[in-house]
Amino acid sequence: MHVIELVRNVRLWFEPQRIRQEGGTPDYRFSLANERTFLAWLRTALALIGGGFAVDQFLPDLRWGWRVGLALALLAAGVLCSLRAVNHWVRCERAMRRGEDLPVSRFPAVLSLVVAIVAVAMVVVVLVGWEG
Amino acid sequence: MSGSVAEPVRDPGLQPERTRLAWRRTTLSGTVAAVLAMKTALHGGVSVAGMVVCAVCSGLWLGFLALAHRRIRALAASPEPPALAPRQATATVLITVALAVCAAALLF
Repeated sequence: MHVIELVRNVRLWFEPQRIRQEGGTPDYRFSLANERTFLAWLRTALALIGGGFAVDQFLPDLRWGWRVGLALALLAAGVLCSLRAVNHWVRCERAMRRGEDLPVSRFPAVLSLVVAIVAVAMVVVVLVGWEG
Repeated sequence: MSGSVAEPVRDPGLQPERTRLAWRRTTLSGTVAAVLAMKTALHGGVSVAGMVVCAVCSGLWLGFLALAHRRIRALAASPEPPALAPRQATATVLITVALAVCAAALLF
């Protein structure tokens, strides 16, 4: 269900005219607010990717498996976050053109949990790393 | 109110300006990520692979800068700027993903 929806949206990422054909043009301020939300999510994604680099760079004493695992988790979260950012932006833009309700999403909750888990894992790993 | 030329209507909520600053902040975040990438690439001394990753990251960063610049110019050009084009949004996201792929490649 979600996957089909996603594939349909991916076409919209590349074809601006398809969005423009639907509904009416919303107030430019709503579109700009949507754009700023998109950029905020993109910054979150960039921060997660930067965190991935930082784990690799600034925790060199960790065992290789832990270091790579944590870094990959952060990088994957960053990639997911950026892809979801553009997808959510397209969905909001389309909903505004059609005059529908804005889409709701579980993603913020999921991302918060992932970040919390990675943070706890880092605390554990750093403490264990100091003892070992 | 001295000029005879009518001032263009300015959005009291300063939406275009806020959006422009959001692009600036995002460019700054991208710069930090790219600098961290280059630091990682050149960490253990200069190597061919490191130089290649450095060049790729610089290219990605320049691409991001160009996209942001284009959008900022569009925002400044009119008091009621057009919405962001999906292609631009997708391009910025693809640059971000490419940066993450560079990071993953550097881990191994």
